Amino acid sequence: MLPISLFVVAFGAAFGLAAVQKGLAPLDTILMSTLVFAGASQFATLDMWGAEVSVIPVMVVVFAINSRHLLMGASLYPMLKDVAPAKRYSLLLVLTDANWAIAAQDYQRGNRNLEVILGGGLVLWLAWIVGTWLGVYFGGLLQNPKNLGLDMVLGCFLLAMALGGKKSPRILVAWALAALASLAAWKWLPANTHVVAGALAGGVVGFFWLEKKPGKETAGETPT
Amino acid sequence: MTIETTTTGVLVLILIMTLVTLATRFGGVFIMSFVRISPRIESFINTMASSVLIAIIVPMAFEGDAGALAALSVTAVAMLVLKKPLPAIAVGVFAAAAVRYLF
Repeated sequence: MLPISLFVVAFGAAFGLAAVQKGLAPLDTILMSTLVFAGASQFATLDMWGAEVSVIPVMVVVFAINSRHLLMGASLYPMLKDVAPAKRYSLLLVLTDANWAIAAQDYQRGNRNLEVILGGGLVLWLAWIVGTWLGVYFGGLLQNPKNLGLDMVLGCFLLAMALGGKKSPRILVAWALAALASLAAWKWLPANTHVVAGALAGGVVGFFWLEKKPGKETAGETPT
Repeated sequence: MTIETTTTGVLVLILIMTLVTLATRFGGVFIMSFVRISPRIESFINTMASSVLIAIIVPMAFEGDAGALAALSVTAVAMLVLKKPLPAIAVGVFAAAAVRYLF
């Protein structure tokens, strides 16, 4: 979680700097990071910031970018269904890409790792707030995190998580379809729909191609 | 509908963003609690889970510069060879920095 937290601090600092440059008050910026805690969507709304802000476009953009949480949450449901609702939804307060990716991979290996959602989530949340705070007040310090490759930490992390999981032919077909669908959506569909489009396309493969269970005939078999 | 970015206006906007984001964090689990989990649904969920990652990464690679591409390909190879995430991420990030420094 440490390298990701460093990335989140740097990303938060970039957000803090960008937000004050857009005219947001320092405290408002920190408050937004504390409450919203969803970096990409916060960045996107900055583009729409001005003396007046139209509400519906902001809601649409925030929802579209964060709609991946819907799928992430849904994928956690099997491991959360026996957790009491209060605890279940408290965990989800700090659900974000990195802690979800670890928890989902652990669950594939048969471990129900709720601690990583909570603990990892809290660490990432604090890193995001601290980063924003640094950016707001000392924005000039980290001039160009891109030169250090810091913008790629999250991408590399998510890729490592994906490749560390199971790689059956079924999964590889799902990934191929997910890749194609996300690229197509990225090119031709409205902005920010590509994650959901790709993920659903991958899910459809799973829906029609069940994993072979020993001693049981399953529908939709393809030679494996 | 527009909101002026006065002191209260900004707070209202932040609150709206918070609620929308919260709806996405809670929504997936909430909806699933009404769905009967058949083996087919479970299989859908499982392939969807790792497809989320692919759907984030692939457009990132196409959109990115040479450094981004280097980072992702080096991480992929390192991960497949070493099977350890941390070194794989480290060499990927280093590759991005190196490519951007050299070119």
